[in-house]
Amino acid sequence: MMAYIIRRILYAIPILIGVNIITFMLFFVVNSPEDMARMNLGMKRITPEAIQQWKEERGYDKPTLYNEAKEGIERVTDTIFFQKSLKLFQFDFGSSDSGRDIGYDISQRMWPSLAIALPVLIVGLALNITFALLIAFFRATYIDFWGVVTCVIMMSISSLFYIIGGQYLVGKLLHLVPISGYDTGLASLKFLILPVIIGIIGGIGAGTRWYRTLFLEEINRDYVRTARAKGLSEQWVLFGHVFKNALIPILTGVVAVLPLLFMGSLITESFFGIPGLGSYTIDAINNQDFAIVRSMVFLGSVLYIIGLIMTDISYTIVDPRVRLQ
Amino acid sequence: MPELVILSTDALIFLLVILASGFTRYASKREHLRAPWREVARSKVGMGALLVLSCFVTIGLLDSIHFRPEANGNTKESAEVLSLFDKLVTPLRMYQEKTYSAPLAAYQYTKENAELANGTTRRDYPRLEYGGSHLQNVEQEWGSDIVSKSLLGMSKGLLFWLLSTLLFLFWRSQRHRATIGNTLNELWAFQTEIPWRTLLITAGVICLLGFWAAELSTYYHLLGTDKVGEDVFYQALKSIRTGLLIGTLTTLVMLPAAILLGIMAGYFRGWVDDLIQYAYTTLNSIPGVLLIAAAILMMQIYMSNHEEQFASLTQRADLRLLFLCMILGVTSWTGLCRMLRGETFKMREMEYVQAAQAFGVGNFTIIGRHILPNVLHIVLITLVLDFSGLVLAEAVLSYVNIGVDPTMNSWGNMINSARLEMAREPIVWWSLAAALIFMFTLVLSANLFSDVVRDAFDPRLRSSR
Amino acid sequence: MSETLLTIANLKTRLGDAQHPIRVVDGVDITINKGETFALLGESGCGKSMTALSMMRLLPPSGRVIKGRVEFAGINLLSLSEREMRGVRGGSMGMIFQEPMTSLNPVLRIGEQIAESVRLHDKQLRGAVDDRVVALLDAVGIPDPTRRAREYPHQLSGGMKQRVMIAMALAGRPKLLIADEPTTALDVTIQAQVLKLLKGLQQETDMAILLITHDLGVVAETADRLAVMYAGQIVETAEVDGFFKGPKHPYSRKLFDSLPDSRKRDEKLAVIEGSVPSLDSYFKGCRFTGRCDVSSDRCHREIPKWRQLDEQTGVRCLLYAYDAMLPGEKKEQDTVLHSPRRLTQENLLNVQNLKVHFPIQKGIFKRVVGYVRAVDGIDLSIPKGTTLALVGESGCGKTTVGKGILQLIRPTDGRVQLEEDELTLLKGEALRRRRADMQIIFQDPMSSMNPRMLVGNIIAEGMQAQRMYNRQQRENRVSELLQQVGLSADAAKRYPHEFSGGQRQRICVARALAVEPRLIVCDEPTSALDVSVQAQILNLLKQLQNELDLSYLFITHNISVVSYLADQVAVMYLGRIVEKGNVDEVLKNPAHPYTQALLSAVPVPDPNHQSSIIQLEGDMPSPANPPSGCHFHPRCPAAKKNCATEYPHETQLSDSHHVNCWLVT
Repeated sequence: MMAYIIRRILYAIPILIGVNIITFMLFFVVNSPEDMARMNLGMKRITPEAIQQWKEERGYDKPTLYNEAKEGIERVTDTIFFQKSLKLFQFDFGSSDSGRDIGYDISQRMWPSLAIALPVLIVGLALNITFALLIAFFRATYIDFWGVVTCVIMMSISSLFYIIGGQYLVGKLLHLVPISGYDTGLASLKFLILPVIIGIIGGIGAGTRWYRTLFLEEINRDYVRTARAKGLSEQWVLFGHVFKNALIPILTGVVAVLPLLFMGSLITESFFGIPGLGSYTIDAINNQDFAIVRSMVFLGSVLYIIGLIMTDISYTIVDPRVRLQ
Repeated sequence: MPELVILSTDALIFLLVILASGFTRYASKREHLRAPWREVARSKVGMGALLVLSCFVTIGLLDSIHFRPEANGNTKESAEVLSLFDKLVTPLRMYQEKTYSAPLAAYQYTKENAELANGTTRRDYPRLEYGGSHLQNVEQEWGSDIVSKSLLGMSKGLLFWLLSTLLFLFWRSQRHRATIGNTLNELWAFQTEIPWRTLLITAGVICLLGFWAAELSTYYHLLGTDKVGEDVFYQALKSIRTGLLIGTLTTLVMLPAAILLGIMAGYFRGWVDDLIQYAYTTLNSIPGVLLIAAAILMMQIYMSNHEEQFASLTQRADLRLLFLCMILGVTSWTGLCRMLRGETFKMREMEYVQAAQAFGVGNFTIIGRHILPNVLHIVLITLVLDFSGLVLAEAVLSYVNIGVDPTMNSWGNMINSARLEMAREPIVWWSLAAALIFMFTLVLSANLFSDVVRDAFDPRLRSSR
Repeated sequence: MSETLLTIANLKTRLGDAQHPIRVVDGVDITINKGETFALLGESGCGKSMTALSMMRLLPPSGRVIKGRVEFAGINLLSLSEREMRGVRGGSMGMIFQEPMTSLNPVLRIGEQIAESVRLHDKQLRGAVDDRVVALLDAVGIPDPTRRAREYPHQLSGGMKQRVMIAMALAGRPKLLIADEPTTALDVTIQAQVLKLLKGLQQETDMAILLITHDLGVVAETADRLAVMYAGQIVETAEVDGFFKGPKHPYSRKLFDSLPDSRKRDEKLAVIEGSVPSLDSYFKGCRFTGRCDVSSDRCHREIPKWRQLDEQTGVRCLLYAYDAMLPGEKKEQDTVLHSPRRLTQENLLNVQNLKVHFPIQKGIFKRVVGYVRAVDGIDLSIPKGTTLALVGESGCGKTTVGKGILQLIRPTDGRVQLEEDELTLLKGEALRRRRADMQIIFQDPMSSMNPRMLVGNIIAEGMQAQRMYNRQQRENRVSELLQQVGLSADAAKRYPHEFSGGQRQRICVARALAVEPRLIVCDEPTSALDVSVQAQILNLLKQLQNELDLSYLFITHNISVVSYLADQVAVMYLGRIVEKGNVDEVLKNPAHPYTQALLSAVPVPDPNHQSSIIQLEGDMPSPANPPSGCHFHPRCPAAKKNCATEYPHETQLSDSHHVNCWLVT
């Protein structure tokens, strides 16, 4: 059991190396630093000197893989690959193209992201499961039919609509909460409510429908018939038996996305002006700040892999079939 | 003769059409594929949604036949590539105002300094150049004109629908040797294999709306105009092609890799499996949006540094769209690949595969003959299910500026540009509303249709319904 | 005087939508007395389970009872409210199911699952629930019940799970226990344990048992009275003794005739042609008439009424009507066809020291820490044109032997000689060519054919792979083969799902024959089929052997099939052969205690059969970790001291009869 988990953790290493190589290729091989500099400087001020200066300021003037000008170990270490890509393994993100410390920015910005994403996940999960259980309880009735139709309609609406509509209705028409902005401490609450609610509503359609499918799959199993043959009530069959089994895929699915919550939501954060990692990423994309995008790709992969490992661990905890192997 | 222009996405679209019709021929000969489709054809929701979808597809296909209009001396004009659809809705395309105007308005949305006859200037809402220009006295005629034009359009639609319905009834009664009355009764009571009643009603609604919109939009800007005065209705219609392309081409480009790798991993196991699993776990671990962002950023740099390689703006936008489909494909093939791997894993143990091995049938023959046909339904379900998600994703990506080219018509771009106008007082809402409504209609009908298709092909959940 | 406990009157149950209902139960009358065992006997698809589910009111969503009365202990169950019905379910009426593997909730401890039932039906118990759970587990013979109560279902073997299911049903102190094929999924020795347990519990608690089964042997050993069900109706009821002496209905008689056993070795088994009619059709006459060999024109026109012959016996057949008709002309069936087999000494297949081990990987770097010894050193040989039966319980490795011989799984060690060729050394093209000589027929005829292919292509696949004939010749050969296995040539143009189970197995036989093999490995080819259909396939296999001089390696757990079909028998236990010899020697004078126990556990379809079942305790150990010495010693009733230390060598009892046991040296 322990060995299994350790093996999964070790498996993360080759994956991270793979990610590193992919990002390196994307950022430094497909386009040379010259191209980036030209793009970044705009078309007007392109002189060889300006490009050279831009590159030097950001450390892009080194050779990509092998530095002939240096001696010894520095031939390998004083290169773009080593400085920009391999250092990510130490979580040394370096500074952004505009000169800020990325590591510091990330540590500051992940908490507002979490403040939105976590409540959305938890409350959304509770709501979705409740609705799905209700629909499953009334399966093959009109409640089921209209429930599913509502879900399909809700998931057909673009998330942009929920955000724009919600912002317009609550913030602009009703003036209940501020449209955008952020504050520290408890004061942030009034800025968080709207994005959280919108995030939850946006996820209800797909979530409820997915959980309903999980429940219905379980309801058709043999042990449910056994439970009914015991004389248990339908409610108890649903909660005591079906729910407990369906909870395994639900729970492990949630665990998988937990680490990624730090990354925040791109759209919501930028719409509501929340200074989280999501809006950080968007700003970086819009400003074409490659150093930040590169760091976020790596960070995202690390978080994803942590999620994978946590999923494996959570299986061994919640599923007795795996735990007692 | 106008010269035909085939953009790369056009070529792929027609490849897709050819593939689809080839698949239809293939499926029509095989009972196990025909039976689920019959089930789909029996579903009211499914057929209604399919009809709506086919309207979208028709517009999209018309919009994919491009040509360069005959040069009439004006070289600037001849560089522009038009589609058959553009030709059909020429007035919409040509009637360009100066700037914003509200839906059906006769006046511009913003005040402008106008020089009066007496030489003084006044700040007022100017009349639009095209929208409502036929009206003599706007204040008195506008309301009644809208109503009468609406009624005219709708009655045209009704008439058209009635005529075609009658024709259909006549044809059907001839074929079944029944009276028209009986045929009608039969249709109405859902006694037919295909739910014709649902189809006819849906067609009726589409006819009414279509003719109404056509009638009004020849005189007015049905959904207003945007910042540079372009008709929003036209933009929304043009965006259909983009949405459809993203939804279908993405799956099409990732399909070969997903099928091949998924089945190989499940069938050969061992190091092949390890390698393929490693590949998709690695790709999957990069958050999709970031991978797309990085790739699009890099492509932007490439394109701006190699401008000479692109003949026209249209072509450049087109290539960017294709590239977006590919990169979206790269981020989305892993799901299907994993599913196929799992299914092949199970199927490999099936006794008919072992029987084939006992005959000494080669591995690739086994894959082609025994495994692929038995996972085809999964591929089909994925194809249909992914569609609506991709259409929605396009909007979000374009909003973040990592979607299609800003010059291209797309719902995402419409929303993106409308966002800035949200702050206006009173707000400019029509671009946004138009994009959202069109997108919603397409995605909803696609979702409903895919539900029906999935139920028909994947019988696991059918019993509980 | 026996007291009536349950009366079912004219019960009619429908499945599916109202336009095309499936008449799964179509007018069933049953009475069950207190404390008796009543067997409901019939083939699959006859509506036995649906009758039980109708009584429990546990039908699937599309099912409904449209007519009839179920009176249980004086209450009409069908008129109870759902709430009241829940008090009956699991209370005075308990039910156990066929598949103990999937019938328990995998994420709940078994103690908790039983406690649920106790709490529901034993309300005054309150604080003593845990004690009651342990007592129940103890009552169903689960060792160490306190510890077991805390375990999860996947930690128990199949037999244990079925015991847990029984304990769960007992929690409500039922007056009636419905057992739906309770032992079908279990091995014979485990079946004997469970049946004995049920009998014992019945004597203690005086509950009645409704036993649903297809197995005449199980009926003979356990039931007092029985009803035979066919196509949604009861066709005969009788007391067990009377029934086994002289079954009345032609269907019942046919069931007996189609049972294979050693006395019928040289004749063709009686078969019931065709299969059970589909229940969505509308019947104008007797439902059995299409398959009956004594039917007449009248049977097609007239629906036979129920005729009560005496208090216990009744039958639904025009032969027994008040204006009884004479039996129709009996269709002649050639019974003698098998020329006595000439045993040659020339072996087609020689297997020496065959081993198939699967590595167990553990640890961070998946080091191999041990092996599952699925097959652990087996010697056997099959003379040309004869049948060797490989007998054993599930998990003993017999299927792996078959696949190892065919090189579908490459053996770890040992030699497999097919005539002059050493198969384990063949590779690539040479092996591919040799594959034509050895073929396999699988257990489940549904999953052994690709549902997406036409039958013609399925049969031709082997010829194609072996590059035999051209296209036209292959097509001709396919029609020939189809006729050879008793199907019409136009079957080639249809899909597998259009055929019944028996027909599908015929197609599989045709597919194997297509490449003209010398050896066919038959891996439980009849165990998924009903008795009447099993007879068809056995006849076919025997006939083909005579015509084509085939050799069979017949892998099975069914002893009666062995006694009918096999020339030699090898008994396997935990990866090794413990006894082998000619079929008479092994079956009549078994020398190994395991063989003796296995044979004694087989239920005999004769209620007067004085059987003394040798009960084996516990389950087969895991082949990853076999016991020291003789693998069987922990369960052996006669184990001695040295059995635990050393594996017994082979003892020769006669020219052909060998056994590995310390007791016979």
